[in-house]
Amino acid sequence: MNVELLLQLVVNGLILGTLYGVVAMCFTLIYKASQVVNFAQGEFLLIGAWVCWWLLTEFQLPFYAGFLLTLVFMMVFGIVLQVLVLRPMIGEPVISVIMVTIGLSIFFQAIMKWLFGVFTQPFPPIFPIRSVDIFGLNVQPAYLMSMVISLLIMAGFAWFFKYSRLGLAMRATAFNQQVAQSLGISVKQMFAVSWAISAMVSALAGVVFGIVNGVSPALSFFGIKVFPAVILGGLDSIVGAVVGGLIIGVLENLAEYVDGQWLNLGNLYAIAPFYALVLILMIKPYGLFGTEKIERL
Amino acid sequence: MAQTAVAGETEAATQVALAVNNIEVVYDEVILVLRGVSLEVGKGALVTLLGANGAGKSTALKAISGLLKTEDGEVTRGTIALNGERIDHLAPETIVRRGLFQVMEGRRIVEDMTPIENLRLGAYTRRDSEIGADIEMVFSYFPRLKERTGLAGYLSGGEQQMLAIGRALMARPQLMLLDEPSMGLSPLLVNEVFAIIRQLNRDLGITMLLVEQNARMALRCADYGYIMESGKIVLDGSAAELSNNEDVKEFYLGGGEQRKSFKNLKSYKRRKRWL
Repeated sequence: MNVELLLQLVVNGLILGTLYGVVAMCFTLIYKASQVVNFAQGEFLLIGAWVCWWLLTEFQLPFYAGFLLTLVFMMVFGIVLQVLVLRPMIGEPVISVIMVTIGLSIFFQAIMKWLFGVFTQPFPPIFPIRSVDIFGLNVQPAYLMSMVISLLIMAGFAWFFKYSRLGLAMRATAFNQQVAQSLGISVKQMFAVSWAISAMVSALAGVVFGIVNGVSPALSFFGIKVFPAVILGGLDSIVGAVVGGLIIGVLENLAEYVDGQWLNLGNLYAIAPFYALVLILMIKPYGLFGTEKIERL
Repeated sequence: MAQTAVAGETEAATQVALAVNNIEVVYDEVILVLRGVSLEVGKGALVTLLGANGAGKSTALKAISGLLKTEDGEVTRGTIALNGERIDHLAPETIVRRGLFQVMEGRRIVEDMTPIENLRLGAYTRRDSEIGADIEMVFSYFPRLKERTGLAGYLSGGEQQMLAIGRALMARPQLMLLDEPSMGLSPLLVNEVFAIIRQLNRDLGITMLLVEQNARMALRCADYGYIMESGKIVLDGSAAELSNNEDVKEFYLGGGEQRKSFKNLKSYKRRKRWL
């Protein structure tokens, strides 16, 4: 047994897992607020990362400026997407809405390939050093940043839904749209806000991942990876999304370890989350934190 | 009805908080639920709307608050005016901002939030700094809510009703529509809830339109009442008049002076229906 490698992989898994958790939260946010299963979640990362990369390389903007512009762009993008494409679909059957989001996913992937090509493009270096040593483990500063940013986002979400006026209104909308309207909340506005936040935060995750691994069309794979995480956590639970993301991230890396040490299949890490997905659906279809309606005592 | 409305307008047009004029409501574009309902609520008054199951009381309230639009219903004729301004084509969230708040049937509090979060949600349309003070004010009316820190879904029925009314207060409405606040409550709690409704009406000057099945309780605390049958208003009058009306006693309060003969009963119903 190679303990050092195992430890390294678990740490990698946790770092990647927090990023999965962030994207899963974004997915859950849209699902909770507007009951849309968004298959184009991965493309949000892709678009965000490419836009940021483009701003940084084409216009030589400093990182923070480019990054903020990207967030603004994604906010507008999320709202426009919701208003133009998803709003007319309100009241249509679930399967139609799913088809629309799958269509969006293919559409955006193609557009991004057309605009930016199919090759991996590295981000301009943001950190001067390539790696730091923490307790003898080799960690890239970009990874550390990714983890810190992810944790900050999670804390931000927790604060937003617990204390902000808009967050409470979104929870009310998720609970019951008619009740929300009776309280003076515009449900349409809440849908748009949820898409805007989801697009912005996904883009953030996309940029972070892009800084670590370079930007490529493969980024949209996140959108698929998020499913095991979300299903594991329970489709409508924000906390579940985080926990699910962490578990899937670690699971992936453990699979890599097992594969590398003994099985030598070569790609178990890519497949393991989906085995987990099938298992969860068989054993606990509502996930760890999925809705169980409160019974009144 | 129509005559009284016109007469009322000339003597005190500014005193009318809510004027519903001859509205017709259609569900799913085919089902006619309200057939020419008119009613008026004076500023600061507590008016009750009574009637049997399915008479259209809740529909009338939802037509006024605009929530009808969320359930495929539509006001096809007539007008609804709040303080003289028409509100019948506004979205429900806009109507809330105009100062009209409906406490829906069955409480409808957000079960996976704490009572305080529910109260803060009630103040969604406000952006002032007095929200904290208003939460304390609600707690002064409903002290038992203050002790409940768990999820609102675990509150008892009575506490949920109090929370629903408290949440409505947080919006600082001028006009509150209450849909069956007594539903599913024990007689003792019904008394308590009605006493608080009356108190809120007097203390805070909130105009109230109260829909009830419990006619006895409603007439005891209201100033004026309307009685609905099959989508129409069939009778209206001051609470005292209605309580003493033989027909109301017979059908809504139970135990009139003596039982009418079956023949008379039928003719009464027919007369009222085809009026």
